[in-house]
Amino acid sequence: MVLEHVDGKNRGTVMLYALSTCGWCAKTKDLLRELGIAFDYTYVDLLDGEEQNKAMDQVEKFNPSGSFPTLVIDNRKSIVGFREREIREAFGT
Amino acid sequence: MSPVEISEGDIDRAYASLKKDAAEGGYRITPDTEFARNLIRGLLKNEVRYGYRACPCRLASGKKDEDLDIVCPCDYRDADIEDHGACYCALYVNEEIAEGRRKVSPVPERRPPRSQRGTPGARAVQTVSAGATVLGGLPLPVWRCRVCGYLCAREQPPGICPVCKAKKDRFERFI
Repeated sequence: MVLEHVDGKNRGTVMLYALSTCGWCAKTKDLLRELGIAFDYTYVDLLDGEEQNKAMDQVEKFNPSGSFPTLVIDNRKSIVGFREREIREAFGT
Repeated sequence: MSPVEISEGDIDRAYASLKKDAAEGGYRITPDTEFARNLIRGLLKNEVRYGYRACPCRLASGKKDEDLDIVCPCDYRDADIEDHGACYCALYVNEEIAEGRRKVSPVPERRPPRSQRGTPGARAVQTVSAGATVLGGLPLPVWRCRVCGYLCAREQPPGICPVCKAKKDRFERFI
């Protein structure tokens, strides 16, 4: 899977599953940048067939509706949608 | 799949046309112009890469018959505006949000997940049989626009929904 890395403070493994065309995904990415958190993201719509299926399996593991953005923290906690307050709280800001 | 670039001029034209159609059908578009333009850029990108304007905030399959329910305006728009004040991607909003009296908050996904999704055709067939047991023997079939609920009795559905401008393939046989 193609992962883009954004440098910042290390707050554990922070993975954002997003779509390149989605407004709420863009807002989530901007918020993580504003918070200065190190994270990885992938645009699932730009992945090819098999890669895309694998990414969707990952998303659905944390978010059964398979919707975007899905933010996964330390492979256990997930935040679905641009929930600004929850995201800020998860990183203690 | 490589990213597609859309010109500002194309966005201007699509934006003007969407606003006009929305106003004529009694719908409102988000007052956040920059957000709207980004969503429209996404719609136009999807039109280039898939051949139809799939919702920019949902993953399209690239197969139109599987994605008809998420072609913008999607089948879920009206119910989401009613329950949450905005459609899933928040391009369409209610009056309160359009006039800046309330902010948009995240809208939960109403579309069934991958594993529970039938094709729109399969769902339409179910609707027909349910309706047929109640009302049979009408002189004409009744067609329903899946986007806005408009009903009409005629041999074939109209080419374009007169209320919400959805195309013919968004109609299902209702009775």
